[in-house]
Amino acid sequence: MAEPMGFFTDTTVCIGCKACEVACKQWNQLPAAEGGQNTLSGDSYDNTRRLDGINWRHVRFVEQFDEARTEGRWLMMSDVCKHCVQAGCLEVCPTNAIIRTEFDTVVIQSDVCNGCKACIGACPFGVIEMNPVSKTAQKCTLCYDRLQAGLEPACSKACPTDSIHFGPIKELRQRAEQRVAQLHAGGEKRAFLYGADEKMLGGLNAFFLLVDRPEVYHLPPDPQLPSRNMPMAGLFSVLGALAAAVIALVNFRRRIE
Amino acid sequence: MADSDCVVIMGSNMAENHPVAFRWPMKAKVERGAKLIHVDPRFTRTSAMCDLYAPIRAGSDIAFLGGLVNYVLNSERWNSDPFFRTWVATYTNAATLISERFQDTEDLDGVFSGLMDYTGDVKEWPFNGFLGEYRNETWQYTGGGAEATGWTADTQRSGEQAVGTDRGEKKQPGKEALAKKAGAKGPPFDQLVRTLVPPPPERDDTLKDPRCVYQIVRRHFSRYTPEMVEQATGCPRETFLRIAETILENSGPERTTSFAYAVAWTQHTNGPQIIGCAALLQLLLGNFGRPGAGILALRGHASIQGSTDIPTLYHSIHGYMPHPSAMKDDDHESLAAWLAAETQATGFWSRTPAFMVSYLKSMYGGAATPENDFGYDWHPKIIGDHSHMAMFVAMNEGRVRGMFCIGQNPATSLNAKLERAAMRKLEWLVVKDNWIHETATFWKNAPEVKSGEVRPADIGTEVFFFPSSQVAEYDGSFTNTQRLLQWHFKAADPPGDCRTDPWFTWHLGLRLKKLYAGSKLARDQGFLNLVWNYASEDPADQRLGEPSMPKMLKEINGYYSADPARHIASANDLRDDGSTACASWIYCGVFPAPDDNRSAARQPDPPGVAGAQLGWGWAWPANRRIMYNRASADPQGRPWSERKQWVWWDEGKKRWVGLDTPDFPLDKPPTDKAKPGATGMDALPGTAAFIMKSDGVAWLYVPQGLVDGPLPVHYEPAESVVRNPLYRQQSSPVYKYWKVSGNPLASIGDPAFPYVITTYRLTEHYLAGAMSRWNPWLTALQPELFVELSPELAREKGIGNTDWVIVSSPRARVRAKALVTRRMRPLRINGQTVHQVGMPFHWGWEGLVTGDATNEMSALVGDPNVSIHEGKAFVCNVQKA
Repeated sequence: MAEPMGFFTDTTVCIGCKACEVACKQWNQLPAAEGGQNTLSGDSYDNTRRLDGINWRHVRFVEQFDEARTEGRWLMMSDVCKHCVQAGCLEVCPTNAIIRTEFDTVVIQSDVCNGCKACIGACPFGVIEMNPVSKTAQKCTLCYDRLQAGLEPACSKACPTDSIHFGPIKELRQRAEQRVAQLHAGGEKRAFLYGADEKMLGGLNAFFLLVDRPEVYHLPPDPQLPSRNMPMAGLFSVLGALAAAVIALVNFRRRIE
Repeated sequence: MADSDCVVIMGSNMAENHPVAFRWPMKAKVERGAKLIHVDPRFTRTSAMCDLYAPIRAGSDIAFLGGLVNYVLNSERWNSDPFFRTWVATYTNAATLISERFQDTEDLDGVFSGLMDYTGDVKEWPFNGFLGEYRNETWQYTGGGAEATGWTADTQRSGEQAVGTDRGEKKQPGKEALAKKAGAKGPPFDQLVRTLVPPPPERDDTLKDPRCVYQIVRRHFSRYTPEMVEQATGCPRETFLRIAETILENSGPERTTSFAYAVAWTQHTNGPQIIGCAALLQLLLGNFGRPGAGILALRGHASIQGSTDIPTLYHSIHGYMPHPSAMKDDDHESLAAWLAAETQATGFWSRTPAFMVSYLKSMYGGAATPENDFGYDWHPKIIGDHSHMAMFVAMNEGRVRGMFCIGQNPATSLNAKLERAAMRKLEWLVVKDNWIHETATFWKNAPEVKSGEVRPADIGTEVFFFPSSQVAEYDGSFTNTQRLLQWHFKAADPPGDCRTDPWFTWHLGLRLKKLYAGSKLARDQGFLNLVWNYASEDPADQRLGEPSMPKMLKEINGYYSADPARHIASANDLRDDGSTACASWIYCGVFPAPDDNRSAARQPDPPGVAGAQLGWGWAWPANRRIMYNRASADPQGRPWSERKQWVWWDEGKKRWVGLDTPDFPLDKPPTDKAKPGATGMDALPGTAAFIMKSDGVAWLYVPQGLVDGPLPVHYEPAESVVRNPLYRQQSSPVYKYWKVSGNPLASIGDPAFPYVITTYRLTEHYLAGAMSRWNPWLTALQPELFVELSPELAREKGIGNTDWVIVSSPRARVRAKALVTRRMRPLRINGQTVHQVGMPFHWGWEGLVTGDATNEMSALVGDPNVSIHEGKAFVCNVQKA
């Protein structure tokens, strides 16, 4: 195996330009939501809203201002598949469509995926969804095709402020720790690394530097593998079945109309 | 910027609109701990990255900057560190004495001496769009010094009538007469230039004389106290003071602060004065000509710098020379008169005759001879104010028959309905762009057509659309905001009939030349003699009928008339006798030999080695990365500090050396004395770092060149919700305004329009959206027009997040969705609560996502120097739809 590769996303230098989102869509030829004719979300500058089958990078915007505006922060964070060392999605995939690559990244092979959606519920980060075009489960491949050609992923290549670092995990962790130390020395005591060590699912090959609690960024503080998460998965199945029933009912009614 | 210790971003939302350039301030911050400061009406993605953020009321920039000037002048550090005193006394006009007749805004409650009385209707005033005018004799240096040249008041003279004819003014002796007196008919023009040398201005090097610039500046800014800053801008005093301290701490021999601005400084009725105020501050702090210093204009397009160098500006020709004008009477009657009027005899501009004659040779080639003034009479002359607003007003009056619209979308531009009404008066309109945008379909899809107010059948304008190639589909050069030319290479053929803009212009020229062929009319001779030989030998170009881009670059760079294959390597080699041809002297050296296109150079400095990256691209002039870099050394020529060394005098080599191309005659020692009566750089001493100024120093006080005053003054925008807190004079007495139907202005504090509005761009879209609203990957990121407002205002007006609202100005109403955010905040101005709202202007009726054009609401009102409209601060109302 080649050296484990991944992302270190330093949210303190993210300017929320979404170049990563667009570069990802362009390289991976992913469709725009609603053909680009969606509506304004009203949630800060975030009109993408989530990671899913067609959004493999997502910049989240968090506005933190008190009423008097004495303290004010606008946090931005480019979220992505974490390429967990212990990957729930890979664990549950019945067709072995999800593989671990020679770069220690986690990739869904579209041609092997049967669309069973097991991986969707198994991901503690809510990264995976169905791609309506391919009708398979999809997520960030960490640009497996580019990596094989010796290129860096499209998103980190496009990032103008180097918020997204790509490289060997070992190096990235070193760089990240230095950056945390630098921020601490400069008075930003809230800076910490999320998922940079083995404690979180054996280590996230896409880890983050945050300056607030993970929940603020919609990240689980203590993500678990599906094997330890069976009740939740069960709940998802029930909810999924219910949702399917509702959709069927609605469609049925439409047809009658 | 990567070398800055502090970066102040003001009048710009750099992170959002220049995200790629923003990597440099971020580099300074992350790698070197530089402080980033953002001053802006809104808390934007730029503010989010900055150490300090100051909220201000839109249009109060000079109040804030003036406060910084006053703070610096009264600070202990500035008055005790000898660096500042030396820098200011040597490199600026601080010591120069100003005419006794000069009266400041302090004396005249907000206006300068020389304001001409104006009574009556705007239409009666002879100057198109001008409300008033200054006569600037009283603003001058005592004893002379800065000889009035045509560089000044270009726009002032761009009215419909000639200057000084109707108003009983004493007429100055014409430059034609002056040229005749000097015996200047043809080259050489040295004698003519010698007659133009002004007497040296009077100085007081102790800076104590009350008439010296330093004392005038001190008095002028004394009322810009921190309290006044708070009153006028709404920025809390403590925030202002922290910013002032941070800037001062990061200026000096060891440290430098830079400023970055963009169109949020220019789009005001006093935009150049805002920039001038920042320049004044930076000069006081010694932040010019040094690494990590300066004022950086962030340009709005990829090559907008290039389009002022090789200009699309109506009032100048290539290389920042004034456009020959029919309104300057006999001052522009002949080449010699033009040279007498426009040559600055002392300093680097004394070489204007060489630049101008070489330019004419590039235009008319062999037909340009000393006998025919090198074709000067063939050159078009401007006959009025041909800037955007004036042109559309003229169009509306039926005085413009046709328009080529290339890379612009006026149908959604300022006071858009008026612009569309103007276009309906055209006989023909050519739109050349990447997509069919609003200007190409104004006749069938504009709001007034959809509403039935206007019927397409009643519009006589014939519209032609030409599809354009994209940048990756042809070779060419970009000139970026750092004046850096970078060649770009064709990656693919354009689809279908798409062709480049040069293709269009070249073929149009070829066809017109054919139509004019054989004409004996004097007015057609220029067209017939125009050098137009851009045929490409490259089969890839020939296949598409494209002209040769390298041939154009060669003409811009320059070549020898006798041997056109030989390129010119340096502007110093240009001559005034016709032996050289060069379209733009400032680009001389970018293409010094047929096989050496320096803009294509891609050799970075080795990592870890200090340098100016001189092997990467080519920066005008002379591949110089920092202008006026003589000021990076002290008067004796030594670096101010090791940390900030850039260019210095090598006593052993008897030369200026350093990391960059020195911006000074290489062998002129720092101890050199000015030679009385001499021209050019000989007229200036070895400390004259600001070589483009006639007196070799930077101007804190600007005796000429600006039509609205020698010093910056806080004026309210043309439309404001408050009275001017600083002066009785509310707004600039000389801003431009077109009093035409559909262009009303709100009165001060008009209750119908109680809120301040500012307009802007988002990262996700590009300008009027013609390039971005067709791309679903982009439109999905910002699909709909919105108006940002504070929760406080939203509550007051019963508006919820994402509700539809109507935003209205005295000109128009638009529909948008509310984006309620605490990033917007109410401000306290003069004891009154002022709400501000903000709107991006990316939408129109074509494209994947559509919406109202924010610019329906803006007014035809603008700055008198450069005719830019006031799009960044006006008034509005907001109502739930």
